[in-house]
Amino acid sequence: MSTVAAPRTPARPARPARRGINWEKWGWMYMRISGVVLVVLIFGHLFVNLMIGHGVKAIDFAFVAGKLANPFWQVWDTLMLWLALIHGANGMRTITNDYVSSVAWGRVLRGAIAFAAIALIVLGTLVIYTFDPCPNVPADQISLLPSFCRA
Amino acid sequence: MSKVITPPVSQMKASRGGTLYRGREGMWSWVLHRITGVAIFFFLLVHILDTALVRAYNAVISSYKNPIMGLGELGLVGAIMFHALNGLRIILIDFWSKGVKYQRVMFWVVVGVWVVLFAGFAPRHLINVFSEVGH
Ligand code: HEM
Ligand code: HEM
Repeated sequence: MSTVAAPRTPARPARPARRGINWEKWGWMYMRISGVVLVVLIFGHLFVNLMIGHGVKAIDFAFVAGKLANPFWQVWDTLMLWLALIHGANGMRTITNDYVSSVAWGRVLRGAIAFAAIALIVLGTLVIYTFDPCPNVPADQISLLPSFCRA
Repeated sequence: MSKVITPPVSQMKASRGGTLYRGREGMWSWVLHRITGVAIFFFLLVHILDTALVRAYNAVISSYKNPIMGLGELGLVGAIMFHALNGLRIILIDFWSKGVKYQRVMFWVVVGVWVVLFAGFAPRHLINVFSEVGH
């Protein structure tokens, strides 16, 4: 009366051990290493943006421009961007592998995840390094720029 | 690797209940970790776009927030705090020789630290968000 496959029966017969890099293992390691680093980066990000001074209330153009003009925060944000997106995308891949049994759908979804992650890494990195903190604005908006623009 | 033997469900109920990933704290922490992970991923996609838009349109925003966003941020911060703390718990389970033995205790430590952090954050954030209303 065995109509249901026994638990832990692999979908495909186990392949003989392959030579070369074990990507699943390094993906697994990456989740843990990036996780530890992200705790510091994200908690720091949240603390500086939400807790210091007036919190969200103080986030305006001048705040963002001031941070992105500072090499320290540029490096911080770049690391956070790359580590978090790759970690998140790899996690989403694990989840599709768990729930999507159709090979074609799996491919489509993993493709979409990879596309979103790569596009946003490129976009986010460009933003960090090409942000113009002192754009040309009408006189009534000059007060919204960071103070160093007026110097 | 030693062979893992899972007792039949009937015996598990009679004994301690659950294994690392089936039933009880082990399973619920995994469910929450998964849900918060997905939520943060989608937030991050939007978040990078919003930071980018500030630049693309040279939109010199005077303010980033409104009360609805403020409440969303509260949920997001709660989610990331849980995911981060439980992530550290997973790492300890995997790399610390006593990790599996203490996984259940560590789950309650995660919950406790989460409550403390969130209690420190939420009132302050809500005051900041709602004192903005009407400005
Ligand atoms: C704050 C620091 C973080 C830590 C310590 C952390 C930790 C972890 C760990 C250890 C795993 C692996 C679980 C496993 O292999 O069983 C994981 C999975 C995952 N993480 Fe994170 N993470 C963090 C931040 C993030 C961020 C920012 C995102 C979203 C962009 C994210 C999304 C995910 C997703 C979607 C998974 C897959 C969940 C699953 O397979 O059930 N995490 N996280
Ligand atoms: C509600 C809480 C949050 C607020 C108010 C917030 C606010 C901001 C602001 C104002 C910036 C502009 C630059 C800077 O400040 O460094 C920024 C950038 C960034 N944030 Fe957040 N953030 C929040 C949560 C998060 C979380 C949870 C993550 C990670 C999962 C994250 C990841 C990033 C990244 C990667 C950038 C750089 C984006 C780029 O490349 O331009 N933020 N955030």
